[in-house]
Amino acid sequence: MREILFLSGKGGTGKTSLAAAFAVLSSRKVLADCDVDAANLHLALRAAVREEEEFRGSKEAIRDEALCVGCGRCREVCRFSAIGETLEIDPFLCEGCGACVTACPAGALRLVSRVSGHWLLADTPHGPLSTAELVPGEETSGRLVALVKEKARNLAMQERVETLLMDGSPGIGCPVIASVSGAHAVVLVTEPSVSGLHDLDRALGVVRHFGVSAALVVNKADLNAEWTDRILRFASEHELPVLGTIPYDPEVPRRLIEGRSVVEEEVTPAGEAMKRVFGRCVELWGDVLHPAPMQPERDERRGR
Amino acid sequence: MKVAVASGKGGTGKTTLAVSLALALAETEKVELLDCDVEEPNVHLFLHPRLVSRESVNKLLPVVDEERCTRCGACVRACEFHALGLLGGSVVVYPQLCHGCGRCGLVCPVEAIADVPQEIGKVEWGTARGLRLGRGILNVGEAAATPIIHALQRGMSSDATIVLDAPPGTGCPTIATLRGADATLLVTEPTPFGLHDLRAAVGVARALGVPVAVIVNRDGVSDRGVESYCRQESLPILLKIPFDREIAASYAAGVPLVDAFPKWKSALLEVFSALVEGLK
Repeated sequence: MREILFLSGKGGTGKTSLAAAFAVLSSRKVLADCDVDAANLHLALRAAVREEEEFRGSKEAIRDEALCVGCGRCREVCRFSAIGETLEIDPFLCEGCGACVTACPAGALRLVSRVSGHWLLADTPHGPLSTAELVPGEETSGRLVALVKEKARNLAMQERVETLLMDGSPGIGCPVIASVSGAHAVVLVTEPSVSGLHDLDRALGVVRHFGVSAALVVNKADLNAEWTDRILRFASEHELPVLGTIPYDPEVPRRLIEGRSVVEEEVTPAGEAMKRVFGRCVELWGDVLHPAPMQPERDERRGR
Repeated sequence: MKVAVASGKGGTGKTTLAVSLALALAETEKVELLDCDVEEPNVHLFLHPRLVSRESVNKLLPVVDEERCTRCGACVRACEFHALGLLGGSVVVYPQLCHGCGRCGLVCPVEAIADVPQEIGKVEWGTARGLRLGRGILNVGEAAATPIIHALQRGMSSDATIVLDAPPGTGCPTIATLRGADATLLVTEPTPFGLHDLRAAVGVARALGVPVAVIVNRDGVSDRGVESYCRQESLPILLKIPFDREIAASYAAGVPLVDAFPKWKSALLEVFSALVEGLK
């Protein structure tokens, strides 16, 4: 299985738009949205949910007041300050580790699991999509990412598909680490700005920390030529292959609203650039991406 | 007053607005700006602070004493995070998965587990242009952002107006940031992605009981979905900033909005007054 992941460090650089274009351009693949905090790939691909499953990822400690002897041992051992002076448990600070359960001499505490999100299987005109949503205020995004990936891998095996395209989340923390592990290659999408470069540097650090190969795309490159140059210099200094640059194109949000892809039919300037990026990606990482032949039945598929 | 600038979706303009709001407020009051996006902290790129102090944020990692360990596996079974395993006849710790909760040490019958602090990030305090600035930095390769956000928030002064630059998303780091706030400004853009993530962010803020107001950035690019959602949900839109190549260019170069375009200063101060008014 080849897993291609889109990351950026900084948010809003165009990961999802590029992932959606790749979804259209490659023929046999399964899609996964690992940005479970703010999953958007389904919006770009007009997905219809086929299956839904509760996700019980987080646990929290609850106390049986009838058994509690008020000794405060739980509060002493809790390293997350989740147990207050009156021994009340703060569900937002509780990590569900169970240290208090172990420490309680009266057996008054136990861990309970709760529904912290939903895993969703959706059909898109470009293949099945494994995605998820967190229940507002819930916190286990890393584990939900792991589930989204596992389900996507199973789906790919069932359908005998070799390629998994995964949209990632911004940042470098827990959800990103959960998505990077096991990935074959990462497409880093940045934008020409001081933040874009700073965040790219840290994102590349994480990707390399886990020994995964990466390549770069500079999106909205014409918005600031000077910073695009700096980023390209950074890439060459860090031996980071460049897949290409994409111009700022107001058609990208417009097409998104209309539910049309930028790489299909009247291809837009950003769409043309994304097709070139896809081509470079195929050169770099072999034919795992299965470039789609220009099929006449595409209109038919759109109609379904 | 503690106000968080958050968004759900990344790249909507949180940082540039948080920096600009803090600069505008600092002309008349004592202001602290905290960069709570510890995975990708960017505030310093706009303000170039002078560093005053730096401290490590540690997690306590278990270390197993091979001599004492009887390989009973109690620690492995007790760990909720699968951070311990029995491999080749000895207990191994997977630092990436460990939350540093100490439960393994509590269950070990022969006291073979000790804690060793391991740095997962830093908190830095500095000053720039009349502001006190704090930022958390997650070490590359570490997963847990929230302990760093908590450490950062412990350093807030009680007598200052606080502006918190929140991370994107709706997960743990965002929750940790919003819990430290009296109100939140959600910055969005008028696209289907912006709207979808705004809904998620509003959900989190409401679950935490934090009042919400909205700023629409890069207005004019597209649809009116965000506006009709805000009307439906009775969320005030306190400011709209149009898409403008000049604004994008100044941001790209690391120039705060209010420096490049001083006319936005009064608009941001009005946003802040409206927010304070709304809390009464």
